Amino acid sequence: MRETVSRDRKLVARADRVALAPYTVWAVLFILVPLVFVAYYAFTDNNFQFTLEHVKRFFTATSTVIGSDGSAQEVRTYLLIFWRSLKLAVISTVICLAFGYPIAYIMARAAPRVQRTFMTIIMIPMWMNFLIRTYAWMTILQDKGIFNNFLTAIHLPTVHIIGTEAAVVIGMVYDYFPYMILPLYSILAKLDPKLLEAARDLGCSGWGVLKRVVWPLSLPGVISGITMVLIPSISTFYISQKLGDGKFFLIGDAIEGQYVANNLHFAAAIAFVLMIVLLLCMGIMRKLAGRRVEGGL
Amino acid sequence: MKKIIELRNITKSFDGEPVLKGINLDIYDNEFLTLLGPSGCGKTTLLRLIGGFETPDEGQVVFLGEVINDVPPHQRNVNTVFQKYALFPHLNVFENVAFPLREKKVPKDEIEARVSEMLSLVALAGFERRSVTSLSGGQQQRVAIARALIGQPQVLLLDEPLGALDLKLRKDMQVELKKIQKQTGITFIFVTHDQEEALSMSDTVVVMSEGKIHQIGTPIDIYNEPVNAFVADFIGESNILDGFMLEDFRVTFSGQTFECLDKGFGYNEAVDVVVRPEDVDIVPIEEGQVTGVVTSVTFMGVHYEIIVDVGGFKWMIQTTDFVDVNEHIGIKLDPDAIHIMKKSEYSDLYGDYSSFSNELDELSDAESEVEA
Repeated sequence: MRETVSRDRKLVARADRVALAPYTVWAVLFILVPLVFVAYYAFTDNNFQFTLEHVKRFFTATSTVIGSDGSAQEVRTYLLIFWRSLKLAVISTVICLAFGYPIAYIMARAAPRVQRTFMTIIMIPMWMNFLIRTYAWMTILQDKGIFNNFLTAIHLPTVHIIGTEAAVVIGMVYDYFPYMILPLYSILAKLDPKLLEAARDLGCSGWGVLKRVVWPLSLPGVISGITMVLIPSISTFYISQKLGDGKFFLIGDAIEGQYVANNLHFAAAIAFVLMIVLLLCMGIMRKLAGRRVEGGL
Repeated sequence: MKKIIELRNITKSFDGEPVLKGINLDIYDNEFLTLLGPSGCGKTTLLRLIGGFETPDEGQVVFLGEVINDVPPHQRNVNTVFQKYALFPHLNVFENVAFPLREKKVPKDEIEARVSEMLSLVALAGFERRSVTSLSGGQQQRVAIARALIGQPQVLLLDEPLGALDLKLRKDMQVELKKIQKQTGITFIFVTHDQEEALSMSDTVVVMSEGKIHQIGTPIDIYNEPVNAFVADFIGESNILDGFMLEDFRVTFSGQTFECLDKGFGYNEAVDVVVRPEDVDIVPIEEGQVTGVVTSVTFMGVHYEIIVDVGGFKWMIQTTDFVDVNEHIGIKLDPDAIHIMKKSEYSDLYGDYSSFSNELDELSDAESEVEA
């Protein structure tokens, strides 16, 4: 009897593997193989001999920048670029979370019709091409653009935004906002309203309910929202060129630049280091959140 | 006895649909009170009004002499055990129970002490570090009770708390709840659609339907002296017959005149007569006050449930004597087996077993549980 059971189990396991085969092939072909190539290129030279040269270059290459007081300064080129990318990406992510969370919460509590309307409004920009969206922001933010014309019309002084870090952050927030809203909304919509009532019943004010029940239960959504905004915004390469006037070279721009210049190995090395850092960040974050939410993501 | 809650002329509608139609109810300290009625009768809405989750359209909710219509739930000294427990899945057993104390910033060692005391009260000592999602239904139920009691509320509201448990566990929890209520001395307001549960646990039963209260009384009063055909039918089984009061203590129905214990009706007043199935004596045909033909016999374990056709009206009788289908039998009623009720809008709707089937009854029970 037991043998039959174990044989059945094996059959089921084999059937599972067969059913999963197309996905496995897909994953190997389009996820694993490219990753292996990135790693392979990162650690080889033009003759495909093993080398740490490119990785080392990422950490050690220097260049001279002219500070605001006119003095020349020696800096680690790629570490500086990386730091700048990380900073802008973190700022964008925090802004997305700060705006996205309340909106997602209100959406999740609204009537179904309102929820659908909200969702459509949030999704519509995603139907437009990413380049076009970025160009649209250029025309809005230019010194003589729509925004400044509006300020002039209501007799306010104009502001210079285009070519600043603020413009880059605006572009990133706009582009990646839906990726924050969607996971937050889907987890908040699933929250049992009885739990909120229970918290009220047990002495929580409205704020207490948010802090002690809603927020901890929505942490998995917060983590995936952060992941889905932080990763693309840290490696974005077009927004900074267009909205930053090319003044804020980001890590994505560096990778693109090296590829375009046909330095595939160095481009791969930058991409590889970036990937490792992101994986570490995500790992730490999940660990921290996992301590508070069992069986989260 | 001290009045703890008074409901005065409460009305409530949802989307123009009246759910409560003028409810008046006094609830006393230390009482186990049950709101009993079919699903959709407004009993849960009434509970939510007391909990603070709804406000009445008209009328007043009075708590210890103060109108609390607009006091939010977290400022009421009332806690709720929710239908599906509503435990916090991100917290373990200890933290779920400690939840109200943490909100009140109670010192740490006091929290420890009170939580472990509470967990032993509900027989869950040693479960502190367990995740609530790993507990069985009965255990989750106990955590919910502990969590609701730890803040020392003056009133505990229980919204069909046993509905999700299987029969055996349900019986155990009934006993346990009653014990906890006695031990803590807290007023329990218990909502159920299960009449047996209501009768066995309560000090006071409030029978409701269609947003109105029909009767308030002890379980024995409710069973023995139902006010109308709805209550008589909803609480236990009843034969409800059309009759006339001839004078005090004499009533005519089924073509016969019987002695009874009821008085105060008008001469020849049309009344509803209730006879409980277990109060009917089966006698040889020549000794019977009325006679009939047995049309069905069902063995129920403790007794037989038989349906008897008496001149076209089908009686249900519960008896330990065996009779056979198609047998002619006599029926005899003692004066205290007969209860007389005034005619009401519910007359003629209930109490005839001509379309009776056990199967149908169970089906409708199952349905109402799903709705609830």
